[in-house]
Amino acid sequence: MRVLIFLMAVVLLVLHQDFWLWGNDSLFLGFMPAGLAYHSAYSIACAILGAIAIRFAWAEEDENA
Amino acid sequence: MTVIIVIICYLALLLGLGLFSGKLSRGTSKDFFVASHSIGPFLLLMSVFGTTMTAFALVGSTGESFERGIGVYGLMASMSGFVHAAVFFIVGIKVWRLGFKHGFITQIQLLRARFESSAIGYVLFPVLVMLVVPYLLIGVIGAGKTIQGVTAGLAPDLFGGVGRFAGAVPIWLSGLVICLVVLAYVFAGGSRGAAFANTFQTLVFMAMGIVAFFFIVRAMGGLSETAKVPARIVEGGMVVQEYAIDEEVHRVKKLAEPIVVGKVTDAALAEKLKGKQPHFMREEVSVTYKKKTPAGELVEAKRDLGVNPLTFLTYLFIPLSVGMFPHLFQHWLTAKSAKSFRLTVVAHPLCILVVWVPCVLIGAWASGLVPWGLPPAAVLSFVLNKLVDNQILVGLLTAGVLAAIMSSLDSQFLCLGTMFTNDIVVHAAGKDRFSDKQVLWIARIFIIGIVALTYWLALVFADKGSIFDLAIWCFSGFAALFPIIFAALYWKRTTLVGVYCSLAAAVSVWLFYFIKSGGHEITIAGGLMPVTVCVLASAAALVIGSLVSKRPSDEAIRKFFPTV
Repeated sequence: MRVLIFLMAVVLLVLHQDFWLWGNDSLFLGFMPAGLAYHSAYSIACAILGAIAIRFAWAEEDENA
Repeated sequence: MTVIIVIICYLALLLGLGLFSGKLSRGTSKDFFVASHSIGPFLLLMSVFGTTMTAFALVGSTGESFERGIGVYGLMASMSGFVHAAVFFIVGIKVWRLGFKHGFITQIQLLRARFESSAIGYVLFPVLVMLVVPYLLIGVIGAGKTIQGVTAGLAPDLFGGVGRFAGAVPIWLSGLVICLVVLAYVFAGGSRGAAFANTFQTLVFMAMGIVAFFFIVRAMGGLSETAKVPARIVEGGMVVQEYAIDEEVHRVKKLAEPIVVGKVTDAALAEKLKGKQPHFMREEVSVTYKKKTPAGELVEAKRDLGVNPLTFLTYLFIPLSVGMFPHLFQHWLTAKSAKSFRLTVVAHPLCILVVWVPCVLIGAWASGLVPWGLPPAAVLSFVLNKLVDNQILVGLLTAGVLAAIMSSLDSQFLCLGTMFTNDIVVHAAGKDRFSDKQVLWIARIFIIGIVALTYWLALVFADKGSIFDLAIWCFSGFAALFPIIFAALYWKRTTLVGVYCSLAAAVSVWLFYFIKSGGHEITIAGGLMPVTVCVLASAAALVIGSLVSKRPSDEAIRKFFPTV
């Protein structure tokens, strides 16, 4: 599971480079520029990955320290 | 005057809270340094988040977005959310476990034990202090300048002064008050006081960003209207503002004739981007515009909108700095248990989102409303003043900016006192040389000394604008040291020689680029952040130095890698 979470982190790291949105000024929900909306969603994805890592990759030794 | 009253009320409240937390103290040095490992998940989240965010989170993010557009969120915020959370999970929890088990209070104690060397502490101590001190100066000067900006014209008879800041509360006075307030609650409550004060301050600055956003959106006529406002590129590469602030009714109005504020320098690019709002994209666009000099003369200036893709990629090394911030290390050790980190790991990126997104949007909108020559740091208060015109709100926002600054300052003062006491005085004199009470007082006296020194240096450097550019160099320096802590925790083969090689490489590469830049923010090789070279050189030197030297002792490995 830890390997899978590591791979998910690598994928998330790669997804940060959203070159396809560089020249995009279209709006999401009528007010949010596409690039900002994407990176806001990215922040939420980071939180979700954090929760997954805590759920499935928590080191038991830490609990007993 | 209302602004000053609001700020005074805020500082009094903060002082009261800090002194109250001092009453909860157990009176031991362990309680003073790491709150007896008693801080729960919410206080840990707030104190860690408050410590990593400075005034830049509110004022700087708005100003950067005004200058470069929405790309600053991806550049500085979303990647920080990822890297910070990862460092808390991978390094923070492990550090807490080792600190709890072996009684470490500082990074140097941990590294001395890991590499069985007393000398490493004496080598690392000045490096860490030299990187923290400019960070402290930025905080004190930033707080002074913020108050100076919002109190301009307040009392010319009392404070004197000339030009834009005539009658403003001078930096020496506001800096002194800020230093004394922070000193008082750190002195009384140590890390527990800092955790309580940070929680309060973090809630204040998070709330103020949202409140400012709400009032500004309302004054602009709703969210759907806001998107029309940013500056636009039109025929001939002209950059125009199509809206303006009606100062009588504090609302945004559409202009009958757009105002030209700048011109795209590249004609082909101007044609390609015709009709676009450059602040809503990341395409690199150079624009010339007019700005006033301090003497009032109009001169031509150039602004680079957008973000270079290579800079965007390599900026990811900057947030690695949190792994080596000594003040954050100390906050980690205040945690009650490893489980306390869970909320921080999950919520930290969301807290960044809540603080940064509103400010980045305000900055992009301001490009279509505010004179382009306005200093970026003044954009948020300018928009708020013109659109909301509520002195209480301006006072509260100023309190929010101060909160963001002071929530970092307190931890930095405390960590320097902690390091000096434990890593230098107690280590050199021997553990049994001082009683626990004496250790506590050595730390307090040193903190008074470091606050006084910081205040004096802040007065010396207050008028040297380049001091703010030092922030990026502080972060780069700490990031360059990250391979050391990471390898110490995860690579058994890491040796003392490797650490010295890493330190030497990090310091020399960092110094090379720092001197080359003159202390300003620079990029190299078409957009590469110098921190990239610093981190890679440090990591490579650590690996090579470790592999060519003798393995560490089995005892040290067993202590740090108990499963071996």
